Amino acid sequence: MNYEPVIGLEIHLQLSTRTKMFCGCELSFGDPPNVHTCPVCLGLPGALPVLNARAVDYGLLIGLALGCEIAERSLFHRKNYFYPDLPKGYQISQFDVPLCRGGRLGDFRIHRVHLEEDAAKLVHVGESGRIHGSDRSVVDFNRGGTPLVEIVTEPDFRSPEQAHEWLSLLRTTLKQLGVSDAKMEEGSLRCDANVSVRPAGTSALGTKTELKNMNSFRFVERGIRAEIERQVGLLEAGDVVKQETLHFDPASAKVTSLRSKEEAHDYRYFPEPDLLPLVIDAEMLDAVRAQLPELPAARAARFERELGLSAERARELAFRAELGDYFELVLAANGGNRGDAVRVANWIPQLVERIGSDADPAQSKVAPEALAALVAMVGAKEVGREAARDVLTRLVAEGGDPRAIVQAEELGAMGTDDGGVIELIDRAIAADPRAADQVRAGNVKAIGPLVGYVMRESKGRADGGEVGKLIRARLLDQS
Amino acid sequence: MDSVTSLIELTATGAAERVRAREIEPAELFDVYRSRAAGDDLNAFTWVADGPPTPGPAPDAPLGGVPLAVKDLFCTEGVPSQAGSRILEGYRPPYTATVVANLMRAGAPLLGKTNQDEFAMGSSNENSAFGPVLNPWDRSRVPGGSSGGSAAAVAAGLAPWAIGTDTGGSIRQPAALCGIVGLKPTYGACSRYGMIAFASSLDQAGPLTRDVTDAALLLRHMVGRDRLDSTSIEFPGEIELPHAEDLAGIRLGVPEELAGDGIDPGVLESFKATLKLAEGLGARIESCRLPHAAHALSAYYLIAPAEASANLARFDGVRYGLRVDADELTEMYSRTRAAGFGAEVKRRIMLGTYALSSGYYDAYYGTAQKVRTKIADDFADAFATFDFIVTPTSPWTAFKLGSKVADPYAMYLNDICTVPMPLAGLPAISIPSGLSAGLPVGFQLAGPAFSESRMLSSAYALERAIGFDGSPARR
Repeated sequence: MNYEPVIGLEIHLQLSTRTKMFCGCELSFGDPPNVHTCPVCLGLPGALPVLNARAVDYGLLIGLALGCEIAERSLFHRKNYFYPDLPKGYQISQFDVPLCRGGRLGDFRIHRVHLEEDAAKLVHVGESGRIHGSDRSVVDFNRGGTPLVEIVTEPDFRSPEQAHEWLSLLRTTLKQLGVSDAKMEEGSLRCDANVSVRPAGTSALGTKTELKNMNSFRFVERGIRAEIERQVGLLEAGDVVKQETLHFDPASAKVTSLRSKEEAHDYRYFPEPDLLPLVIDAEMLDAVRAQLPELPAARAARFERELGLSAERARELAFRAELGDYFELVLAANGGNRGDAVRVANWIPQLVERIGSDADPAQSKVAPEALAALVAMVGAKEVGREAARDVLTRLVAEGGDPRAIVQAEELGAMGTDDGGVIELIDRAIAADPRAADQVRAGNVKAIGPLVGYVMRESKGRADGGEVGKLIRARLLDQS
Repeated sequence: MDSVTSLIELTATGAAERVRAREIEPAELFDVYRSRAAGDDLNAFTWVADGPPTPGPAPDAPLGGVPLAVKDLFCTEGVPSQAGSRILEGYRPPYTATVVANLMRAGAPLLGKTNQDEFAMGSSNENSAFGPVLNPWDRSRVPGGSSGGSAAAVAAGLAPWAIGTDTGGSIRQPAALCGIVGLKPTYGACSRYGMIAFASSLDQAGPLTRDVTDAALLLRHMVGRDRLDSTSIEFPGEIELPHAEDLAGIRLGVPEELAGDGIDPGVLESFKATLKLAEGLGARIESCRLPHAAHALSAYYLIAPAEASANLARFDGVRYGLRVDADELTEMYSRTRAAGFGAEVKRRIMLGTYALSSGYYDAYYGTAQKVRTKIADDFADAFATFDFIVTPTSPWTAFKLGSKVADPYAMYLNDICTVPMPLAGLPAISIPSGLSAGLPVGFQLAGPAFSESRMLSSAYALERAIGFDGSPARR
């Protein structure tokens, strides 16, 4: 039987506000433990929470960016459970009346977005670094009370790859909003996945499991894939899927059970009496709306509509903000000539290939002006495409001005009236008479090796198109 | 002033005036009360200051350096703040509650911390981990609770004035049983920051004093918006010192539900006599209805324990207070909480946990919140006609130590007249209306939100007419 996976995501995002959700302690990463604490975030007796206004603004920015409906009045609740990383014995979170409901990003629907506070960090002392087998655990309250936004999607994903790709779009959107570092490796973006499978073509949902805290997009994809395989295996063996919470271990690519449904907590939610209902008025909403930057989806649409980029290229640049930013800088350095946009855009993947797929081109040695100059030289046929690729490699390694490199390395394009090109064509025909014969016999494709020879020998300085024309003229004239 | 006796006979306001007039040295005043508090044989204090603060208050400080007794559950930096619980034995917080800091700044130095029912849960002060407080009128009787230490200390002249907290009557009921004045302000008037929480939506700090003027002066410097407490609000205008001579034009409503059945005859007699006096002062008195008041106690005993069950979760042995070690985390939690909490606290945690449980929430907590709204509506209706609602503060005078310990429900009935007001967030004051069989009786006025100045004024006129002068401190 064929099975269809049904996947929903829950994303926890640490907001990059200056201070914590309910007190004035500064947010930090990598500081010595327990230096950013106060009576409030330590849960000392008598301390009370006060809501961080900036965190609310950030929550609203996210809600607006995701097209959510913003609640005029939302509530904070207490979510009660005991754990050493939770100093009050309850987490302040939003429950049945969240800040935002509904919405959409790309092709996937958002269920809700709400505000809450992060727990402190447990450090398990021992070899494994995990709780199992550790000698003891110590608590670092620096993280405790960090503002969090939880984004819950509808179960709209049908493959692990879709989930991965969408998470990249979400991360770009969040970074563009300036509300978070959104770094999975530092824990400022964490993702859980709800996974179930059902016979393809049916509409009833299967029993779902929850995969917890996978710490990279790749692991999210692999974890979901492993869990789908596990569930399909169970069903095919005539077994059933149990509702439980699971942990994915990337080393073994196995999922293990953290707790079953029976062990699930009764959180005894009730409205937090220490905080007032959160009321969002039109003025607040307008102020936040005015701060909204252009978002990846809108940017891709603009690249496509106004600059004539293909849909694929537009998304490639827009969904990674640093690529889109760099692209626009090169375009500006080029005098803002929109006619060149497609050509400039085609060079960005070349650059990415050379600097590494995760690197930010703005941090590379290639100044936007340099890339703009190089693209212009190619356009004016001052340098051949092949030679230009070599120049880009040099720019990535050393920086500098492409004109100077072309001049110093004598990479300037060879004109067709240049005797050198004619000489190289003669040598190419002499070196591969079989290919020459085939061209003469009418097999146009056989011209490739001959052009290749000239390009290689000219170090890419010759214009491939022109060389082809010259060879054809020569061989076909003689016949 | 030259004698200790005459010093302690002064009301706090009187003493503050003499200090500002340079007739008394604040250090002398502090020493007199410090030695009285140190010699406390009522178990009213859990900690007494070694000496006056240095530097002392400014000579023209509004509270004149008159020392203050503070209920144990207010956090005071570096000073034990144990909320009457073993689980916080020896706990010295790193910060001071806003209300205490406000009063210290206004010139009331900390005299000592007073005994209380554990986490303010109780009406007799018998639930303290540090032993019961004795009533200065009769040492075989309870002082009321939960602010029993503060009430007994003021009544016995061990402190000029004190602050406590009121959740369901914890200021007004002990004030009544000890023959002093106790006021619960409008919810939000005083910051709760630094008050070890019992029930967050009900808790409110307030004064316990010898007379109405002292209550007004102390309250004036307690109220105010605190940016550390989101539920606090700027008090509209300043609390005025009372000076009304009569009650002309004042309409008093007597709710049938709270001034008849179940009230001790001696208490009822004193209540009725006070109504007569009020009438003589020009007040119009009519009976009124608070139809949902009968359900106030039930709603209270769901809402308060529910909030308490969460508020007390932080006492887990991990960061502060008592820890009873064990090999395993859950076991450490269990042993610590088993050893650290008293029976009444455990009972309320169980009640509250149950009331919030999945599947029971709507029936218990949800319904209680609806009743709470109805009670607030009842008061709003009544205040359309009346300036104040008046009732006896407590259905009984001070009862014998140990007499209600075995019957929690009988103990809960203590709060029947005081519980409706905090459920509606409203202010109320208890003043002594006389004695019944040698024991003080309290008379309660409740008003609309932020009516404190008017309420104090009417209470002042009544106080003068009653002429109660029975404080054991002055005998």
